[in-house]
Amino acid sequence: MRHTISLLVENIPGVLARVAGLFSGRGFNIESLCVAETIDPKISRITLVTNGDEQIIEQIKKQLNKLINIIKVVDLSEIESVEREMALIKVRAAPEHRAEILRIVDIFRGKVVDVSPDYYTVEITGDANKLQAFIELLRHFRIKEIARTGTVALPRARKAFKEKGEE
Amino acid sequence: MKLTGAQIVIQSLIKEGVNIIFGLPGGAIIDVYDALYDSPIKHILVRHEQAAIHAADGYARATGRVGVAMVTSGPGATNTVTGLATAYMDSIPIVVFTGQVPTKLIGNDAFQEADIVGITRPCTKHNFLVKDVNELAKTIKEAFYIAGSGRPGPVLIDLPKDVQQAKAEFEYPKEVRLAGYNPKYKAHIGQVKKAAQLIASARRPVIYAGGGVIYSKGANEELRRLAEGFSMPVTNTLMGLGGFPGDHPLWLGMLGMHGTYRANMAVIHCDVLIGIGARFDDRVTGKLEEFAPDAKIVHIDIDPASISKNVIVDVPIVGDCRDALLKLNQALSNINIDWEDKHRDWLEQIEEWKKEHVLSYSQPEGGPLKPQYVIEKLYELTKGKAIVSTEVGQNQMWTAQYYKFDRPRTFLTSGGLGTMGYGFPAAIGAQAAFPEKLVIDIAGDGSIQMNIQELATAVSYRLPVKVAILNNGYLGMVRQWQQLFYRGRYSQTSLEYSPDFVKLAEAYGAVGLRATKPDEVEATIKDALSKDVPVFIDFVIEREENVYPMVPAGAPLSHMLLV
Ligand SMILES: Cc1cc2nc3c(=O)[nH]c(=O)nc-3n(C[C@H](O)[C@H](O)[C@H](O)COP(=O)(O)OP(=O)(O)OC[C@H]3O[C@@H](n4cnc5c(N)ncnc54)[C@H](O)[C@@H]3O)c2cc1C
Ligand SMILES: Cc1ncc(C[n+]2csc(CCOP(=O)(O)OP(=O)(O)O)c2C)c(N)n1
Repeated sequence: MRHTISLLVENIPGVLARVAGLFSGRGFNIESLCVAETIDPKISRITLVTNGDEQIIEQIKKQLNKLINIIKVVDLSEIESVEREMALIKVRAAPEHRAEILRIVDIFRGKVVDVSPDYYTVEITGDANKLQAFIELLRHFRIKEIARTGTVALPRARKAFKEKGEE
Repeated sequence: MKLTGAQIVIQSLIKEGVNIIFGLPGGAIIDVYDALYDSPIKHILVRHEQAAIHAADGYARATGRVGVAMVTSGPGATNTVTGLATAYMDSIPIVVFTGQVPTKLIGNDAFQEADIVGITRPCTKHNFLVKDVNELAKTIKEAFYIAGSGRPGPVLIDLPKDVQQAKAEFEYPKEVRLAGYNPKYKAHIGQVKKAAQLIASARRPVIYAGGGVIYSKGANEELRRLAEGFSMPVTNTLMGLGGFPGDHPLWLGMLGMHGTYRANMAVIHCDVLIGIGARFDDRVTGKLEEFAPDAKIVHIDIDPASISKNVIVDVPIVGDCRDALLKLNQALSNINIDWEDKHRDWLEQIEEWKKEHVLSYSQPEGGPLKPQYVIEKLYELTKGKAIVSTEVGQNQMWTAQYYKFDRPRTFLTSGGLGTMGYGFPAAIGAQAAFPEKLVIDIAGDGSIQMNIQELATAVSYRLPVKVAILNNGYLGMVRQWQQLFYRGRYSQTSLEYSPDFVKLAEAYGAVGLRATKPDEVEATIKDALSKDVPVFIDFVIEREENVYPMVPAGAPLSHMLLV
C-alpha cells in the first residue's frame, strides 16, 4: 500500500541524511520526498511517499519516530488529507499541435510558463492521478523533459464551525 | 570565567560523574588531552582504538553506567566503528568523543579527515558534530542523556580542533529538552491487564527474557517473582543470561540456535509466550513461520520498534521491564487461580524433556581436554561469582551453556554483532570499573588475536584480567559449520601458526600458563586465580569438539541437532 508520511523535523544539517539512510539501510522504499522549512524556521517538514505491507509501514513509522531529530511522524494515509504535486513539462509544440496542447492545459487548469519556437513548458498541479493523466495526454506530442516535485500534503482542517445539532 | 572547548569537555565529564575514560590521543584531540592532563579523571591508554570502545562498552555493561572513550580524527575515528556497531546492536550506553579537523577544513580532504558522523550514522543511536563552542556543554549533556535513557545505545560527538580551542562561558545544563525524544517508561495498565488475562487463560506459558531485563535496574527481581509467584518456566536469550538465576528449578537454559532441548521444546509447545526485553532475533526464532506456532504472544519492550518487528505480537506493552513486571505481578496476583496446580502438567512435561536430553559431554580421563570441562571447572572454582566476558564463536556458546550466571551484569558478550576481539578489552573495561572483582575472558585462539595488543594495557594498569583461551587451533565455530554443512571442506579455518600464548604473555610482562590434560585444569585455574596480575591460560583442547544442540541457520527450532 502507498502511504504518504509527513515528518516535522529539526531544521539542522544531517537530518535528511538520517531519514534517507534509514530507508536505504533497512531496505524500505522511498517513492518521493519533499523537504522545506515550515513557518517556524527551526522546523522543516519532510513529506515522503513510501509503500509496503502493513508490517513494513508500521516499522517505517516506528523507526522514523526513533530518530532523535524527528519531532513528529504523521501517516496522512490514515486521516483525511489533501495531497498535491507539481510538475514542469517541456513538450514539443509543433505549429499544428499548439492549439490542442493549449486546450488540454486549459482543461487541466495548467499554465504555459515558457514558450520557444519548438517547445512549451507547462506547469501543472494536482494529485498523483491527475498528473499521470495529464502526462499521458501530452506524451502524444513528445515530451522532452519532466521535473516533478513529489507529493506535499497536509491533514484537512477540522471544521471551523460546528453546525447546529452536531455532536 | 571562560573555558576552552577542551576544558569544557573535561568539566562536563566531571559533571556527569565520569571518573574513568578509555582512549588514545592524536593531533586532532590533543587539546582535550591537554585539559585532561591535570584533571581528576583517570584515563586508560589502550593500544588500539577499537579496544577503547569495547573497554568503555565492557565498563558500561558491568556497571550500568555510561562508558566513555576518546580518540583522534581520521584513522582514530574510523577504528571506533566496529566498537560502536557492537554497542549499537546490543543497546549499550557509551559516549565516544572523536577529534576532527578544524571546521574550516571540513570537507576539504584535510589531513586525517574522515566524515565520522556520516560513517557512524547507522551504527549509533545518535551523533553530533559540534560547530560552535557555545553548544558544546549542551551537546554533551544531551549525548549522555540519549545514550543512557530509553533503549540505551552509543552516541558519538565529533569535536573540530578549533572548537576545542575556542572559548565560551561554561554552564552545564541541568535538564535536557529534546522535542523529538521522549522514552516511555511507564507501562500502560490496560495493556498489562490484557496480558494478565491472557496469561490466566494459558495452560502452557513460557517466559522468554532478554537483555532488557539486564538493562532495567531491578527487573530481574520482578522477573523472579513472576516466575515463582505464578509457577512459570523461564528461558533466557544469550543477552538475557544473568537475568534469572542459572541454577533455578524454573530455569530452562538458553533458547535458540544453541539453546537447550527443553527450552526450545517449551517454546515450540507453549500456548502463551511472554517476551520480556527481548527482540525476537533470528538466532532465537529460527524459521520465523514456525516459531512458537501455537502461542499467543505478550511482549514487553521499551522500544516500540522492537515490537511486532519480526513476530506479530498479540499483547504489546511498551515500557520499562521493571515497571511493566511490577504491574503485571500485581495484576496476576489479583486473579484467583491456583497457579501451581494449573501449570503442574506443563512443568512435568518440561521435566520429561529434561530427561530426554540435557547438555552433556564426556571428559575421558587422561584424554584430550574438553572445553566444556574447562568451563565447568571455571564455574566451580570461581563459585559462579566472576564477571565473565567472552570472545565470539564456540567459546562464547560453551560459556553460555556451562557457566551458570545468576546476577545481571556479570556476563559480557557481543551477541548482536558477534564481534571477535570484543571480550578481552571488554574485560579490561570491567576490571577497571571493579578492581577488586574477578574478571575472566573466555576466549578462542582466533578471537584473542584480534585485540591481543591490549595485554600491554592490562599489564601497565595492573588490571589482573584472566584470559582462558580455549585453544583448538581452528576458527572453531566456522569449522563446525564447514563440517556440518559444507562437507567437511575446511576452507581457511585452520590456525596452524599461532603464537606460543604462554611466551607471548610473558613477553608482555603478564603470566602465561598452560593446561593440556584434564587433571591439570584445576591446579592451573587455581594458580591463575591466585595471581594478582593479568594471566593468559592456554587450554589446549580437543580440536574438533562441536557445540550442541544446534539448530541449522534458517531452520525451525524443532530441527535441533542433538548428539
Ligand atoms: C555465534 C553466536 C551464536 C548465537 N546463538 C544464540 C542462541 O543460540 N540463542 C540466543 O538467544 N542468542 C544467540 N546469539 C545472540 C543473538 O545474536 C542476539 O544477540 C540475542 O539473541 C539478542 O538477545 P535479546 O533478544 O535479549 O536482545 P538484546 O539485543 O539484548 O535487546 C534487548 C531488547 O530489550 C529492549 N530493552 C532494552 N532496555 C529495556 C528496558 N529497560 N525495558 C524494556 N525493554 C528494554 C530493547 O529495546 C531490545 O528490544 C548468538 C550470537 C552469536 C554471535
Ligand atoms: C571480527 C569477526 N570476524 C569474523 C567473524 C566470523 N566468525 C564467527 S565465529 C569465528 C571463529 C572464531 O574462532 P575462535 O576465536 O578461535 O573461537 P572458537 O569458535 O574456536 O571457540 C569466526 C571467524 C566474526 N564473528 N567476527
